[in-house]
Amino acid sequence: MYDKTVRRRRAVLGLLVACSLILLTAYYGESAGGALHGVQRGTSEILNPVQEGASRALKPVRDLFGWFGDTFAAKGQVKELRAERDRLRSEALRNESLVRDNKRLSDLLELDGALGLGNLAPRTGRVIFQSPTVWYATIRVDKGSDDGVRVGQPVINEEALIGRVTEVFGGSAQVTLITDTTVKVPARAGRRGIFGIVEPASVGNPTDLVMKFAPPGARLSPGDRVLTRGTEPEDSHASLYPAGLPIGEITRIDNEGTDTQEIHLRPFADLRSLDFVQILTQPRGPRS
Amino acid sequence: MMTFEPQLLLRLAALGIGGVIVQTAAISQLPIAGANADLSPLLVMAVGLLCGSLAGGCFGFGVGLFFDVVSLQTLGVSSLVLLGVGYGAGRIREARDPEGTLVPLAVGAAATLTFALCFALMQFLLGADAPVSWALVRQTLATLVVNTLIAVPVYAIVRRVLHASLPDDPRRRRRRAYTTGGLSPLSRGVDLR
Repeated sequence: MYDKTVRRRRAVLGLLVACSLILLTAYYGESAGGALHGVQRGTSEILNPVQEGASRALKPVRDLFGWFGDTFAAKGQVKELRAERDRLRSEALRNESLVRDNKRLSDLLELDGALGLGNLAPRTGRVIFQSPTVWYATIRVDKGSDDGVRVGQPVINEEALIGRVTEVFGGSAQVTLITDTTVKVPARAGRRGIFGIVEPASVGNPTDLVMKFAPPGARLSPGDRVLTRGTEPEDSHASLYPAGLPIGEITRIDNEGTDTQEIHLRPFADLRSLDFVQILTQPRGPRS
Repeated sequence: MMTFEPQLLLRLAALGIGGVIVQTAAISQLPIAGANADLSPLLVMAVGLLCGSLAGGCFGFGVGLFFDVVSLQTLGVSSLVLLGVGYGAGRIREARDPEGTLVPLAVGAAATLTFALCFALMQFLLGADAPVSWALVRQTLATLVVNTLIAVPVYAIVRRVLHASLPDDPRRRRRRAYTTGGLSPLSRGVDLR
């Protein structure tokens, strides 16, 4: 009886390990349009409304955590206003979420105006999903192909470029952030517009990007701003990103002046707390 | 060997689906000390401790697969790692039958660390070319600490969800053994007088 139990347990374990390895191999080997990718997309499409509903239902919980964080950060001010805080606490809890949303949306509109993004048809979406593992820097927003979103379109928040669309469903889209190891952004840095490719410096670090392939003699220094390069007339392929979107600010330069120099930058956008984002649905300007 | 009644299977399915949805829709968006809690290894650990290695392994495989599908990640990675986590937790129950109230805390920490390390290893085997930074190590440690702190409540919630469907809940089994003078064949077969 014991032997039978052990044999059964080991057989099931072996079967599941084999299933995992087969799935892994098949998924890794097939193209993005393959059967397993299709099943994954189909299941995600079905589950998106559930996730969106859960995200909205659980927003008060997130806001409550955010409220606690804000309270701790502003401890000094809270001390002075303790009496008033007690009276206003319940009201603040109700209004906090709306105020934060409003500010972020206003900031988004200001960025639109400052960068002239109005003609790139930005679509504002709410973040409904965030990958829990640092190995996949992805979020999902509640705007999809029904809103004109397509794969490859750039995504910004109220501060800067945050990533690009990598998967689109009817009512939602997956965005891969610029801190994901698969994302490379052509960029220009400093007043002279030195060209380079921006990519993550390492896995799991949302505050450090690196600009590679900049010429060794480039006169760059900490504090210089890095923007998207866009498409130049001599380019054989159009860039996914329009020119002039802010990315970050140079923090340090390793091996300066050599062929292996690495220009480190801190992204302007806080990629750990994203509520609202904008997808630029016409990154090359209005269609003629 | 535990028998799987339909009611238990339904509860496990609801627990897995609900856990992954809550994880992706809420907990992943709540940074604590620069990291997030990760419910999946804790859920799998709790099911392994409560139901045994077979159920823990199957539950880990299912949760991992569902997680990979929902997150649009490479299929098979999470399921392979969580399968091992669930099976390991189940074997701890079967081989040791630990009874301390802090056992979920220790096993939860071990499950989280195992999951993080094996997941990272799988990513490198699959060809992640970015270097490992201190930030990744720091985030892994922060997740480990947060998960360790919430391991006991998560275990309690899972036990509460599955309680009615568990044929031999460890606490009930121990209580029964205590009140009946022991269920071990050795204690029953030997007359100590």
